[in-house]
Amino acid sequence: MAVSNIIFYLLSALIIACGIMSVTSRQIFRSAIYLLFCMMGVAGLYFWMQYEFIAAVQIVVYVGGIVVLIIFSIFLTHRVGSDLAEPEYKRTLFAGLASLFAFLLFWSVIKRNEFFGEQPSGELSVRRIGEEMLNYKQGGFVLPFEVVSILLLAAMIGCIVIAMRAQTEKN
Amino acid sequence: MQVGLTQILFLSTALFFIGVYGFLTRRNMITMLMAVELMLNAVNINFIAFNKYLWGGKLDGVFFTIFIIAIAAAEAAVAIAIVINIYRNFGSIDAEDADSLKL
Repeated sequence: MAVSNIIFYLLSALIIACGIMSVTSRQIFRSAIYLLFCMMGVAGLYFWMQYEFIAAVQIVVYVGGIVVLIIFSIFLTHRVGSDLAEPEYKRTLFAGLASLFAFLLFWSVIKRNEFFGEQPSGELSVRRIGEEMLNYKQGGFVLPFEVVSILLLAAMIGCIVIAMRAQTEKN
Repeated sequence: MQVGLTQILFLSTALFFIGVYGFLTRRNMITMLMAVELMLNAVNINFIAFNKYLWGGKLDGVFFTIFIIAIAAAEAAVAIAIVINIYRNFGSIDAEDADSLKL
C-alpha cells in the first residue's frame, strides 16, 4: 500500500473520530476543541490533494477564525466545567437511525455509480486563482467575488447593529 | 486499494451525516452551529474532490469552496452575535428556552 493511501486513511480516521466526538461530547469546551482538530484534519486532506491554497484558507478562516470565535462565545455564555444536559433517549435514537439510514442510502448510490475519466489533476497555482478571481470575461469569477464582498460588509454591519442595540438597551 | 473519488466521497458523506446527527440531537445553540460547520466542511471536501478528480483543468470547485468558506465565516459571526444577544435576553442559549415567538 502506498504511503499516500496510508496518509489518506489516517486523515479520514482523524476527521471522522473528531467529528463524532465533537457532536457527542457532553462538555461544550471539549466539543469545540474536537471541532478544531476535525477542521485541521480537513485542512490536511486539502494538503493531501495538493490544493495548498485552499488548505491555507481553511486553516486561517476555520481554525483561526470560526473556532476561536466559537470558543470565545462559549466563554461568554457558559460556566466552564459544567456539563450539557443529556438529550432525550428517544431523540438520540431517532436522530441516530435517521442519519445512519440516510448515510447508507447515499453510500449505496455512490458505490453503484462509476466515475468516468477519473484522474487526479496536478497542483494549482495561486497566480491562476487570482487571475480567475478578477477575470470579467466569459467564465470569470469577478461577479461572485463582488457579491461575496458586499455580503461580508453587510454581515459586519449587521453584527455591529445587533451588538449595539443590546448595549443601548442596557444603559 | 487505490484511493480515489469513491473513498473521498465516503468520508464527506460520513462527515455530513455526523453533522446532521449533531444538529438533530443537540439543543444548545452553539453546538448546533458547530454541527452546521461540520456539514459545510463535508460539502467543501466534495467540491474540492470533484474539481481535482473530474474537472482538472477548471477552477469552479475551488471557487465554490472559497466562497462557501467566506459565507460560513459571515454566517458564524452573525449567528454568534445573535446567540450572545439571546443569552442576554433569556439567560440561556438552549433552543427550547427561546420560545417567546410561540403562540
